[in-house]
Amino acid sequence: MKEFIEGSAAIARTIKMCKPGVISAYPITPQTHIGENLVQFIANGEMECQFVNAESEHSSASIILGVSAVGVRAYNSTSSQGLLLMAEVLYSIAGMRFPLVITCANRAVSSPINIWNDQQDSVTLRDSGWIQFYAENNQEACDLHIQAYRIAEDQNISLPVMVCVDGYILTHAVEVVNLPDQEQVDGFLPPLKPLHVLDPQDPVSMGVLYDPSSYMETRYAIQETMSEALELIPRVASEFKEMFGRESGGLIQEYRTSDADKVIVAMGSVVSTVKEVVDEMRGEGEKVGAIKVITHRPLPSQALYDSLKDVPEIAVLDKSISLGAAGPLHMDLKYTFQGKNVSPKISGFVAGLGGRDITRDSIREIFDRLSGEQINCQFVNLDVEQMVNAT
Amino acid sequence: MLVPIVAKPGTSRRNLTGSWRTMQKPHFLQQNCIACRRCLLICPEGCIEGDKKNTYHTDYDYCKGCGNCVAICPKDDIEMVPEETEL
Repeated sequence: MKEFIEGSAAIARTIKMCKPGVISAYPITPQTHIGENLVQFIANGEMECQFVNAESEHSSASIILGVSAVGVRAYNSTSSQGLLLMAEVLYSIAGMRFPLVITCANRAVSSPINIWNDQQDSVTLRDSGWIQFYAENNQEACDLHIQAYRIAEDQNISLPVMVCVDGYILTHAVEVVNLPDQEQVDGFLPPLKPLHVLDPQDPVSMGVLYDPSSYMETRYAIQETMSEALELIPRVASEFKEMFGRESGGLIQEYRTSDADKVIVAMGSVVSTVKEVVDEMRGEGEKVGAIKVITHRPLPSQALYDSLKDVPEIAVLDKSISLGAAGPLHMDLKYTFQGKNVSPKISGFVAGLGGRDITRDSIREIFDRLSGEQINCQFVNLDVEQMVNAT
Repeated sequence: MLVPIVAKPGTSRRNLTGSWRTMQKPHFLQQNCIACRRCLLICPEGCIEGDKKNTYHTDYDYCKGCGNCVAICPKDDIEMVPEETEL
């Protein structure tokens, strides 16, 4: 049913329908409303679920790890510093192949302290063995969570999934979201069938020491499973479409790219702004388009290559940066085309860090600059005067 | 793709830590032993066994050769000897 609802509230309602047995989360802006809504459901008896308070994100991540170890579906949501504090545990969760789902309400990383949106937090953890989805709007955010559990819990995958949702821009935005019925979600998402469980009757050890003779195989297995996930993710998206009647999820989304000369590649909510500018510029006769990267890990290299191989000028817009190198998604695109026969110009732009607005003019500027030489790591909307006057 | 990621109990017995030993091993003389059990209690591998006086001995499959038993014996009744010594 369509509702006019805040992003965090819609995500919480969706999680409720996914029926986790345990939720543990530690409050952090801008994730807070998701947790608040969920504890309210539990307190009201609307949800058969236990909420476990934790003293930090490191603990709340460890708690859901333990819950998964006994074969129960679990959930956690966090942001920024909280996600980074979880980092150690997130690697363990992936290594132990627990099919957990967490939401990252994307926010900048300290220092300086900044509670506004960029994607540095989750992008920093792209190497952790988690599957990562980035939502463009709140409808997609909700739909991706349902698909996330399906994909994570697939017995051939058994890897955790992080659903990344731009802080404030989505979490605090009130917009129309079509929330499914419980029956629909139940039909799409069967109960969890864990690969292994901790059981005193049949004891096993999890997360044990693997010496040089066996550790590397565990990494290889995750790497191979990521390739298998590239096959599964589009299949789950099309099954989702059959059941819920709308397209959501998948690897990437093409927007007016078929005859485009210039395309911007981006992740998350900024794609909506790019699409709007694409429409405007198309109206002015310019052949421009957009690619939304929904699945960041596993990297959909082949899909990106197929979509972009005939586009001469590509811009990648990162809301994060690998300091000392370049935008992470920009580097991923470069990797995708390196050594191929076609070699488009791939320029990299870093924008929106710490909540700096990315306006329609910013997007137009990026399209305009594509006609010139290839740019490797251009900061957009930088206030040069501030830096000149620094002492 | 999955590889074995859980372990059944008891696997530490398969790990023969005696192979870690270098150069020296403890020799239980079994002459002046007073059965104080200190060697048994301090052994990090828990591989020393014994009951009455002059019955204490170690399991060389697991003894890592740390020498803690030698250091703690109040009667100097355990000594480190070269690995190749036949006992």
